[in-house]
Amino acid sequence: MSATADVLVVGGGIQGCSSALQIARRGLKVILVEKNTAGRHASGVNAGGVRRLLRAAPEIPLAVASMRMWHDIAALVGDDCGFRVSGQIAVAEDAAGLATLEARAAEVRALGYEHEELVGRNELFEILPALSRHCVGGLVARDDGFASPYHTTMAFRRAAIAAGVDLREECRATGFCRAASIWRVETSSGAIEAPILVNCGGAWGGAVAAALGETVPLEPTAPMMMVTSRMPEFVTPVVIGVGRKLSFKQMPNGTVLIGGGHRGVPDTERDSSSVDFRKLITSARTVSDLFPIMREAQIVRTWSGIESRLPDDVPVIGPSSTEEGAYHAFGFSSHGFQLGPIVGAIMADLVTLGRTELPIEAFRISRF
Amino acid sequence: MFQRIDPGAAPGLRLDFEGRTISAEAGDTVAAALLAAGVGWFRETPVGNRARGPYCMMGVCFDCLVEIDGVPNRQACMVTVADGMRVRRQHGARDSA
Amino acid sequence: MSAWDAIVIGAGPAGLAAASVLAERGANALLIDEQPAPGGQIYRGIEQLAATRPGLLAVLGPDYAHGADLVQRFRASGAAYLPGSTVWQVTPEREVWLSGAGRSARHDAKAILLATGAMERPVPVPGWTLPGVMTAGAVQILLKSSGLRADAPLVLAGSGPLLYLLAQQCLAAGARLSAILDTTSAANERAALAHLPAAVVGGGLPYLRKGLQLRKAIAKGGVKWVRHVTKLRIEGTDAATAITFESKGRTERLPAALVALHEGVIPAQQMTRALGLDHSWDAVAQCFRPAVDAWGNSAIPGILVAGDSAGIGGARAAEHAGRLAGLEILRHLGRIDGAARDRLAASDRRGLAAHLAVRPFLDRLYAPPPDILRPADEVTICRCEEITAGAVRAVVAQGCQGPNQAKSFLRCGMGPCQGRLCGPTVTSVIAGALARPEAEVGYFRIRPPLKPVTLGELADMDAVE
Repeated sequence: MSATADVLVVGGGIQGCSSALQIARRGLKVILVEKNTAGRHASGVNAGGVRRLLRAAPEIPLAVASMRMWHDIAALVGDDCGFRVSGQIAVAEDAAGLATLEARAAEVRALGYEHEELVGRNELFEILPALSRHCVGGLVARDDGFASPYHTTMAFRRAAIAAGVDLREECRATGFCRAASIWRVETSSGAIEAPILVNCGGAWGGAVAAALGETVPLEPTAPMMMVTSRMPEFVTPVVIGVGRKLSFKQMPNGTVLIGGGHRGVPDTERDSSSVDFRKLITSARTVSDLFPIMREAQIVRTWSGIESRLPDDVPVIGPSSTEEGAYHAFGFSSHGFQLGPIVGAIMADLVTLGRTELPIEAFRISRF
Repeated sequence: MFQRIDPGAAPGLRLDFEGRTISAEAGDTVAAALLAAGVGWFRETPVGNRARGPYCMMGVCFDCLVEIDGVPNRQACMVTVADGMRVRRQHGARDSA
Repeated sequence: MSAWDAIVIGAGPAGLAAASVLAERGANALLIDEQPAPGGQIYRGIEQLAATRPGLLAVLGPDYAHGADLVQRFRASGAAYLPGSTVWQVTPEREVWLSGAGRSARHDAKAILLATGAMERPVPVPGWTLPGVMTAGAVQILLKSSGLRADAPLVLAGSGPLLYLLAQQCLAAGARLSAILDTTSAANERAALAHLPAAVVGGGLPYLRKGLQLRKAIAKGGVKWVRHVTKLRIEGTDAATAITFESKGRTERLPAALVALHEGVIPAQQMTRALGLDHSWDAVAQCFRPAVDAWGNSAIPGILVAGDSAGIGGARAAEHAGRLAGLEILRHLGRIDGAARDRLAASDRRGLAAHLAVRPFLDRLYAPPPDILRPADEVTICRCEEITAGAVRAVVAQGCQGPNQAKSFLRCGMGPCQGRLCGPTVTSVIAGALARPEAEVGYFRIRPPLKPVTLGELADMDAVE
């Protein structure tokens, strides 16, 4: 029994759901297959940062365009996704860190963007009154913020279904074959045929690409998070460390989320990952050094989930280099959440027009 | 609500609860001492500001959270009373929990 | 960091028995427990009670007094002991991370025995979160540890041996016990009879006799004992004031300032879940239990589980199971061979079988009522985050397929108790809403820290190996 569609999307994280949604809204029939449940992996477990701040240069135009969509996310998916414009700020602890931020500020200005501003000690401690006084400066993006990853992914999923996407969970793609300009994809619940394939497979996106004859050095990772019990409000923007791993935010309910990229151990066969507490000791020290008040914070939960990275820490976005009618968007290297809205728009452009206005050359799969 | 079967069986201690002195006996947990003194509720919840008292008395339910000697989120049923302890109620999200 | 032959977690009967046999036979054994003194919950406060309130021993009964022997043997065994210490992580590589007196530390061992016991099954009835509502175990702990008895009207509601034991202890202590509202159903009474012969033949007669004695003592006490009760509901605004229920087709209300709820005990599964052990659903006892063999071995080499946390069997069964696990660990350490283990284990294996003989009968008789497992929409099932059964059903209708998604969506299981109290109910509610078995629906993903630990304590730990 084979089903047919105009487009088959593999992967039900935010990239897949956003792509399926926006392609369907261009009038195409879309089937999405997700081997577990939507948002089960990276999209459901990340820190929820919605930022342009400190992105690699090639990502900046995409992040800027995506941020415009975030600021009206309810129009896109019918849900506010818990998006808060809290600002994001990178904090320098010493002269070397400050020099890094100054160079970055100059680079971003030279590219024509105004969203990242240097702040000196006075304004730094106005923005972050609980910050340790050894810190020397910061780089702030005032209209960046954060959202709720699971709610957001579920909102994209819901909107995709409402737009007519046939969204199949617990459905794993097991084989890819192209003949007479049609993809025939075997899945755990039957074959699906479509002229166009979109690979949003996340940590398994490399395996999908390999099935198309494209090898990509995709490395599964398991970034870890800690969350505390509720605390009195003491910090507003998301705080990013410079020179040490830290991403730190206080949620509206008072809990504090601590991430930053310390890695646990992923298991892509079993769809699970484990937390490495030795690294969390380092994370705890970083947090307490920057925010002494946090020494009293109680960690009530830790978690990790499966993401994946590429050696240059930017994703693959664009057409397949070996096959007609196939497009990739994976390998977001632990910062794909904010790009979800724009990636869906880019995929919809590529699928319907064969091209997109945004510069995606730096993300071509053939760079490997 | 509760009375001692055998008052004075264990040495007496005192603790301060919200500014008033409460008698306890050696070996009491803070939760037992408060209940013995007629204190029925220990905190208000962060979500709905509802009064809660101890439920399980064995460290599972986390409903008996109080502030002890300035440290919030202590399970009153898991802390043994020491003479002179200062115990305060926790109020919703305003304090902690 | 310290290295041990064996670490035992939990100082209840299983842990005490295991640590004793390990140390007696020369293993370098450490017993870790949260409480300040040994005994777990069932024998809680036994050393202090014997010293300060010996009169209370008669009130609590001979089963409790047996704990003194276990504790004495442990004290004499030479095992190392870390009371007042909370284990917040056990790794498959056999590391134990714990917190005590404001500091965290790491220990490792060639073998680890989890003996963390049971917890009371949550009893989500309307009004169960009101001050004045506690578990039967809580009221019993107040009696054991502080010599406190109820002097405001106390109603016991639910079913199970612990409820009747508590009733008898309350009467003996002179507490103001005003009623027992017994939810044991007529259907379960009939169904349990089929298991009675096996219970008697297998060695369960002492339990049955004890049960009858308890009932006689309670009847003699003249307490109002209402049978076949349904639709429990506790009333009050800021504290419990009354309890209503249905019996014989009529609704009744009783004043109650204190309500002790009880619908049996279930294995405490945070630690076994965090280790990633497989758990199976026990359809009669209506709870999950970890997969272990007859000696307590789990699928992870060197990690064993014994006592009520492996499956409810009661205190005496736990003691036997603890000794069996201890002997198995001695074999694993190479201190005794398989033949010696089997020889030394013979009487405990017989004892374990005898104490477990009555379980099928008890499990069937006291199986929890369906509306305790799957409460009505209005009932709060996550106490920490104040989430109702209806809210969970609503997100299932919107596409949530399991407890972890419900957790992500609603925050149920994300409060301070880390899902201990709501986990069983969330699983059952979702199973009902999806018409799928509990085994398929699964349970919350549990991760360390098993109990909250401060960032400062973590930061201060030695990062060095």
